[in-house]
Amino acid sequence: MESQQDILANIKRRQFWDFVFALTGLMSLLFALITLITLIVDLSLTGVPRITLDFFTSFPSRFAGKAGILSAWVGSFCVMITTAFCAIPLGVAAGVYLEEYSKKNWVSQIIELNIINLAGIPSITYGLMALGLFVYQLKLGQSILTAGLTLGLLVLPIIIVTTREAIRAIPNAIREASYAMGASKWQTIRHHILPYSSGGIMTGVIISLSRAIGETAPLITIGALTFIAFLPTAPISDVPPFINLKWLMDPFTVMPIQMFNWLSRPQAEFHVNAAATGVILLMMTLIMNGGAIYLRSRFRKKMKW
Amino acid sequence: MKWILSLPLVFLVNAAQAQVPVIKIDGSSTVFPITEAVSEEFQISKSGKVRVTVGISGTGGGFKKFCRGEIDVQNASRPIQEKEIENCRKAGIKFLEIPIAFDATAVVVNPKNTWAKQITVAELKKMWEPAAQGKIVNWSDVNPAWPKEKIKLYGAGSDSGTFDYFTEAIVGKSKSSRGDYTASEDDNTLVTGVSKDVNALGYIPMAYYEENKSKIKALPVVGGPKAPGKDKAIYPSRETVENGTYYPLSRPVFIYVSETSMKKPEIKEFVDFYVKNSATLVPEVKYVPLPAAAYQESLKNIKANKLGTVFGGHSEVGLKIDELMKRERSL
Repeated sequence: MESQQDILANIKRRQFWDFVFALTGLMSLLFALITLITLIVDLSLTGVPRITLDFFTSFPSRFAGKAGILSAWVGSFCVMITTAFCAIPLGVAAGVYLEEYSKKNWVSQIIELNIINLAGIPSITYGLMALGLFVYQLKLGQSILTAGLTLGLLVLPIIIVTTREAIRAIPNAIREASYAMGASKWQTIRHHILPYSSGGIMTGVIISLSRAIGETAPLITIGALTFIAFLPTAPISDVPPFINLKWLMDPFTVMPIQMFNWLSRPQAEFHVNAAATGVILLMMTLIMNGGAIYLRSRFRKKMKW
Repeated sequence: MKWILSLPLVFLVNAAQAQVPVIKIDGSSTVFPITEAVSEEFQISKSGKVRVTVGISGTGGGFKKFCRGEIDVQNASRPIQEKEIENCRKAGIKFLEIPIAFDATAVVVNPKNTWAKQITVAELKKMWEPAAQGKIVNWSDVNPAWPKEKIKLYGAGSDSGTFDYFTEAIVGKSKSSRGDYTASEDDNTLVTGVSKDVNALGYIPMAYYEENKSKIKALPVVGGPKAPGKDKAIYPSRETVENGTYYPLSRPVFIYVSETSMKKPEIKEFVDFYVKNSATLVPEVKYVPLPAAAYQESLKNIKANKLGTVFGGHSEVGLKIDELMKRERSL
């Protein structure tokens, strides 16, 4: 039989290891945080003074002081819109189908496994696929549409997975109540499942877009350009039918590519431009992620079950 | 929701509208800054009536696109090679070859390196040839007068035009190099590497040396018997590159224009603009311009529509520019 002392010693030993583990965890966290903060501070110190209004409204130039990111941020923006337009309907619909309609058998299990695998494929592979399929087979060229479709495919698995998780969080009682009132399956989805899960879905969408905005590899593979000193065709025109989709087929560049090009220049002034672009890109990602967190907490508050 | 159905219609209607002409340029990252400068000025002078796009897919990648007819102008940091000529011939693409500037490679060491005052082509060859791998490890292995310290080599990655030319000029065969050195496609990485290591030696494009003179120093190169300066050690500079005494590490860079594209008025205008303004724009982006006579000769060649390359499918080391301009061309 153990004496009281033994027990006390045992507790002490366990508490010690508990403390060691907590300390290790804290250190790991601090290590990651400090690295990140150093990077951000270093980038900001170099880049922030360069961020002026002119920087957003000027085209790239051979003079570092005159160069700006107008074509790059407009390009990024257009590509993001196209990506969202392609990926969201497809991703959400696929998620709803897998969660609400598909039978749980080996086929659906294989599909499920593949979606998870897709999320882990290196992005350059999507670029190679897009080069073969969109650029050469479908002859879409090195256009905003090609880029949007490529990044759309890239983020599709993320959207599917988050949609499914958001739907899974809805208690079955809601569905049963809806059916009990005589609603059809589609009515249940349309009026209950989708609205209740929209917070989670939006979060997934925003996070996936903030991943897409920083992607460079697949866009370089499909042949995104480096120097562009003009904007895509305006989406609105003064002649009927007033809406213009020609911009989808226009050549483009995006912020990470512009940044990469400036970074590889010999002149230090261009490196400052690259840092400034980096800060802006970082801010955009932070704002998008912040928005995602806000949305999630808002929708959580509204839900009462 | 019905408006969605009308979208394809909108698309078709718009596609039928008049197009703003686009000049598509791609290829070498070495030539990119020059073409960027020219495109910038050209678009300003045309006040947006012509659009120019410039991509970077490397000289090799660019020639693939060029010989498929995907681009109008190709930036090339070396002459077109035999295989590429063959590809262009098969696709029926004829082209104009226009030299537009000089690019030089500087051999650089750490500023604290006190022993190396100059370097000969033979010494460079001893250091960089494939047989040196694992054997030439100390500075003293290259030259007994140098210390018995480990030599750290930094050079261009194998996808770069600088790599192709350096190996051709030093080792004698393009792409033939030792593999155990720090290779990077990003020249700034090489500059940082050499600036942090007393025992380092590297080769980088001259523009990168000029921007970093406080961090690294260039070694004057002794060209040897084939060089115009024989045994004199020559520093890389605008003068020595222009007059051809910085031998053998300087070379002309080119643009290639497809003949079909040349028939479009905006591209003809762009190419003329390029050649006429190179003398002022090339030094602005830190490259060495060709002698004025060479640009004049190019304008004449463009006018006479002289197609083909003067190189016959391979690079040549230490070529004089006036010699080059007078040569016969072949497709």
